[in-house]
Amino acid sequence: MSNSSLPRVQHIIGSGVVAVVGATVCYISYTQQPSEAFLFPRLIATVFVVLALWTFVKACLGWTKVGNGLSLTQFSNLAPGLIIALIYIFWAAKGLGFYTATSISFFILLSLYDPAPHRVLKSWVKRIITTVCFIAVMYGLFALLLKVYTPREIFF
Amino acid sequence: MEFIYYFGDVFTPINFGLLLLGTIGGLILGATPGLSPTMAVALLIPFTFQLEAAQGLILLGAAYTSTVAGGAVSAILLKIPGAPANIATTLDGHAMALKGEGAKALQLSFLSSAVGGVFGVLLLIFLTPVLAQWALAFGPSHLFWLAILGVTVIGSLDSASVVKGLLSGCIGLWLATIGFDDIMGAQRFIFHPSLGGGINIIAALIGLFAIPQVITMFAKGRKNDGTQAIQVQKHPIKSAFSELFRYKRAMGIGTITGSIIGLIPGVGGQIAGLVAYDQSKKFSPGKDKFGTGHPEGLIAAESANNAMVGPSLVPLLTLSIPGSPTAAVLLGGLLIHGIFPGTDLFDNHPDVAWTFINSMLIGQILMCIFGLYVAGMAARVAQVPQSVMAAIVLGLAVFGSYSVQASMGDVYVMASLGVMMYFLERFGFSAAPLVLGLILGPIAESNFIQGSMIATATDGLAPYFLTGALNLFLIVVVVLSVLYSGYMELRTRRYTSKEEIMG
Repeated sequence: MSNSSLPRVQHIIGSGVVAVVGATVCYISYTQQPSEAFLFPRLIATVFVVLALWTFVKACLGWTKVGNGLSLTQFSNLAPGLIIALIYIFWAAKGLGFYTATSISFFILLSLYDPAPHRVLKSWVKRIITTVCFIAVMYGLFALLLKVYTPREIFF
Repeated sequence: MEFIYYFGDVFTPINFGLLLLGTIGGLILGATPGLSPTMAVALLIPFTFQLEAAQGLILLGAAYTSTVAGGAVSAILLKIPGAPANIATTLDGHAMALKGEGAKALQLSFLSSAVGGVFGVLLLIFLTPVLAQWALAFGPSHLFWLAILGVTVIGSLDSASVVKGLLSGCIGLWLATIGFDDIMGAQRFIFHPSLGGGINIIAALIGLFAIPQVITMFAKGRKNDGTQAIQVQKHPIKSAFSELFRYKRAMGIGTITGSIIGLIPGVGGQIAGLVAYDQSKKFSPGKDKFGTGHPEGLIAAESANNAMVGPSLVPLLTLSIPGSPTAAVLLGGLLIHGIFPGTDLFDNHPDVAWTFINSMLIGQILMCIFGLYVAGMAARVAQVPQSVMAAIVLGLAVFGSYSVQASMGDVYVMASLGVMMYFLERFGFSAAPLVLGLILGPIAESNFIQGSMIATATDGLAPYFLTGALNLFLIVVVVLSVLYSGYMELRTRRYTSKEEIMG
């Protein structure tokens, strides 16, 4: 697939997803009971679905001018970080405890994206110190200052 | 002159301490590329829960003011605008720094920001009470149209594509309807138990502004930007003052342009800076020097982007219509304390309203004083690797959204909306109208329902919502804003394609 056709396919997929969501919202708004509760959503959903279909048709015809899509390089760059972040948010924060999960994910993200060379011991020491400082600040701010009791679970 | 009565409240130890904290913190956050003022204010909201309403607003207002000014530091020393409002600052500011005039550029930038900012806040002080009284004449149909106006203006003016901007606004309005209906108690669009209580605005704001930035930093990969801050030499502050006076025309143009643009909902600091820069260049005898490190360009841009801060809050404080994404975040900060803008704010909570507005006035002066000293430190912070910033912002976003109601559901909503927004942005959608839709949705719906009840008892739905001078005026403004943006979009495209053809 050529580079120029890549954004077009992406635009079709992206606007297609938005159109499906718009159509679902519209269907629910017009069919759910009590209908009085869906009076305002019906108004919104009608405009939503019209604009979404317009965007989708434009994408199919290749008339979309705005939005660069996502290149393969960008995707491969962001994928590991996004996966770590999603695991952290949707599982580890609750499963391991907020502070433990934050420490681990913070350190992994630093190691993944830090431009400093991996083979130099100083880089690793710097990353560990940064992680410890960050967690200390977060604990001070949220646990001690704001008194937010975060899930502690199996660890800390 | 009611505001003078509440001036002393700004100087209580806690309030003044928060003002200092917000100002210094905002300068440092503003200097950090990738941390926009809106995102900085959104991340700060959880820290205001335990504060009184006025104290929370002082912190948020100070952060807003000084992040806009702080963005000039990285624009001048690194050629990376700290915020979109500082794009025009880069043009002459960085060129001045390259010529060894970095300190002078920073001094001129903070001094002109303070002059523009003070003028803007004075406009806020004198316009707001008048407009708030005028807002009393608004009925449910007018408030409904005003809410729609807020979404359409930002949707059409703030986005590269009018249709996608309006569609983003529709998505926001739909998201606002998720949860239990207020009148019938019916469940609407609750696809997951986390959505039972509806979408929490603060969690949504954090997700929509912070998470796309985090993913953008991830997308840059493991590369060293190689940006090195230019070292600044000492420069006497006295000569910066005389230089500012010498270029008073540029400062006047910047201040007036920024103030006018700030009053228009949806037109942000980026436009204010660029328009002021352009106008100043047109009227300057030394127009050829613009772009080569001419102080006039820097002064016009910086006075404009700070002059728009105060006026951008006028529609918010009088009509509950946030004029910018940052104002929308500030509205969230007001609502969590149970305070509604408009007459309620000025009649029932004048201490909160005036202490907040006065603090913004004092904040402008503090921002100037500290800006001159903190600039060097802020430039060092601006060089923090993106990997560290991404991990810090992610951690703050998770803790911040959890602390809203101690609910994991809010964290899931924050993350889901954030990831969705990143991908939507890649396809030309915009976060600002989506946020405005989410915030103004409940206002639009409650007034629509109230209006329909009145309409059923009187003339019917169409005459109630579509007739009357004020209704018609608001409808015309909605239509004109969409048509104007559509016309400008077509014109820009035609111009761009002509340039491409001409090579």
